[in-house]
Amino acid sequence: MTAPIVPDTHPPLRRSWWKENQQRLAPWLFLAPGIFMFAVYVIIPIFQSINISFYDWDGLGERTWVGADNYVELMDDEAFYTSLKNNVIWLVLYMLAIPMGLFVALFLNQTVRGIRIYKSLFFFPFVISQVVVGLVFAWFYDPSYGLMNIALGWFGIEPIAVLANEDYVTYGIIAAGLWPQTAYCMILYLTGLNAVDPEQIEAARLDNAKGAKLLWYVILPQLRPATFIAVVVTVIGALRSFDLISIMTDGGPWGSSRVLAFYMYEQAFSEYGFRMGYGAAIAVVLFLIMMVYITGFLWKMYRDEKGY
Amino acid sequence: MNAFNSRLAGALAATTLFTSTAVAGELVINTDTSDPAPKAAFEALIAGFEAENPDITVKWNLFDHEGYKTSIRNFLTADAPDLANWYAGNRMLPYVEAGLFEPVDDVWEQNGLGETLASAKGSMTIDGKIWGVPYTYYQWGIYYRSDIFEQNGITAPETFDDLLAACNTLSEAGITPITIGTKYLWTAAGVFDYLNLRTNGYDFHMALTKGEVPWTDDRVKATMENWKRMLDANCFLENHAAYSWQEALAPMVQGDAAMYVMGNFAVAPLREAGLTDEQIGFFQFPRISDDVPMAEEAPTDTIHIPANAKNKEDAKKFLAYLARAEVQTEVNKTLGQLPINKDSQVGDDKFLQAGYEMLSGTEGGIAQFFDRDAPAEMAKAGMEGFQEFMVKPERMDKILERLEKVRQRVYE
Repeated sequence: MTAPIVPDTHPPLRRSWWKENQQRLAPWLFLAPGIFMFAVYVIIPIFQSINISFYDWDGLGERTWVGADNYVELMDDEAFYTSLKNNVIWLVLYMLAIPMGLFVALFLNQTVRGIRIYKSLFFFPFVISQVVVGLVFAWFYDPSYGLMNIALGWFGIEPIAVLANEDYVTYGIIAAGLWPQTAYCMILYLTGLNAVDPEQIEAARLDNAKGAKLLWYVILPQLRPATFIAVVVTVIGALRSFDLISIMTDGGPWGSSRVLAFYMYEQAFSEYGFRMGYGAAIAVVLFLIMMVYITGFLWKMYRDEKGY
Repeated sequence: MNAFNSRLAGALAATTLFTSTAVAGELVINTDTSDPAPKAAFEALIAGFEAENPDITVKWNLFDHEGYKTSIRNFLTADAPDLANWYAGNRMLPYVEAGLFEPVDDVWEQNGLGETLASAKGSMTIDGKIWGVPYTYYQWGIYYRSDIFEQNGITAPETFDDLLAACNTLSEAGITPITIGTKYLWTAAGVFDYLNLRTNGYDFHMALTKGEVPWTDDRVKATMENWKRMLDANCFLENHAAYSWQEALAPMVQGDAAMYVMGNFAVAPLREAGLTDEQIGFFQFPRISDDVPMAEEAPTDTIHIPANAKNKEDAKKFLAYLARAEVQTEVNKTLGQLPINKDSQVGDDKFLQAGYEMLSGTEGGIAQFFDRDAPAEMAKAGMEGFQEFMVKPERMDKILERLEKVRQRVYE
């Protein structure tokens, strides 16, 4: 007698909840430390700053709610508009670092004896601290002993006190900032140039393309990723221009070289600053301006991912 | 170095703790006296205090001068020492208002400081309470190259017209009359204060810095007009906005500039740079109006007990020690400054003697300094305005209107 063959009615062994969801959960687990840090050090402080900007607070005593008063005052504050204007000048002129960097990169992208040394020398300004760059340029501009004014003297031009002149000071600091920034863009383009497809260039040459046209229609399109990163780091560089200003002029003369980040620092943390609320209001405005840029950046990333 | 020594002493004291019943108190002091002379003065001061109070060990934290100004806000709230140095007048107001300093009226009363430190009592008092102990002050005035004056046939000016005439003579001889570096703004405030004290007097200076007078007042304008006369006489160094006060010493040392409106602390670097005492002179900022009694600037440095201090009892002992006549004599000899205690002796340095003579004969009153008498926000805006005025005097009205706007907000 044989036992009838019956189908196994036992259900298959239930896999644990973890096993079932592992695929979905793992990425979040790996992301968790990052998300936690990002929330604690970036997201939450943003809301804290927005909150503080509605108070009058010296950072020590009681906070008093003042509503939008800080913003109303900001709208009527000359120094704020000076800073805003300087921020725009910074953003626009700092972009010069990209073509300059490209030019230097193209120039250095050749194989001659000792080219590595030249490349390192051109990259050098980016390696040294911004503080040193600021000091070197401050001495360079010094109206009585500075190299620039000695050189101008050879052409019979009166010395110009760049850092003591409200009209030139911002341009003088930007020129100092462009030195390391150009080096940074150069290194980005040099790596980009390594990845340029030689076959395409050969093909272009066979079609009699050369010079500027070759650069514009064949090389530059292939350098697009490098250009994109160069724009991003240059915008960030322009917005964090704080250290050069602090070293070279301390915001002066009479506040004419301030940018928003520096003005915020001055109002909230400097020797005479006890206005956390007002500083926070400036920070919020700066944040909103950056949001415009960040949104544009994310939008472009999104489009690129979709492959348009 | 000294903190290390004290800590070592602390460890020794801790080992003896088991054998004796005395509780070794640890006294924590934070100061920004990191320049060579102030550092030496505090080393001696602390050593003297420890010798007299063997049961107390001092732990001394030395801060960088500029960094101290921002870190004091943190350590007063978060990790308060038992003592901290700061400045008299309105500069201590934010901390007093925030309840971070401890009133020390009892120290003053028990040690009769109301009498010995009488001259500084006013600038230590806020809301009827006394908030610390002053230990040093120094005069402001005009330091000049006496050899250059001699070569150009000038004597130390006594009136404002003399000063303007000296400016003209010197600039015609190709010498910058007065060197100044306004990059960090406060040097311009020194010039403003003196012009204002001479034009309108001490009471007006106090009323202005307390926000009781509008900046658009005619008396402020009179001060600015006098300043304009100095600018018209080419008194000041060109491009001063590009220099710090130390950088502005260079033309004076090299003989390209003849005068400096400065505090007595400028003497030490001038000497270090190789000028002899015969080459440096000092004179009181000249008289402008005969009706105005001469008032002077003499900023006072102070020590306070933070409200969150752990060892207030020993801190008060230290303050009492610091207030004593012979202690202030010694400290100020090393500092090269003037003692507050009226029974102390002034060092025999010629600039100290000149300063002491000038200040003790002052009829008008003694001001702290623009950025110590005025609240921080007003001080910052004011000093920026002064710097702008020195370069663009034609903007006077616009600058004063801007300052008036700040005044109405700050003092409301």
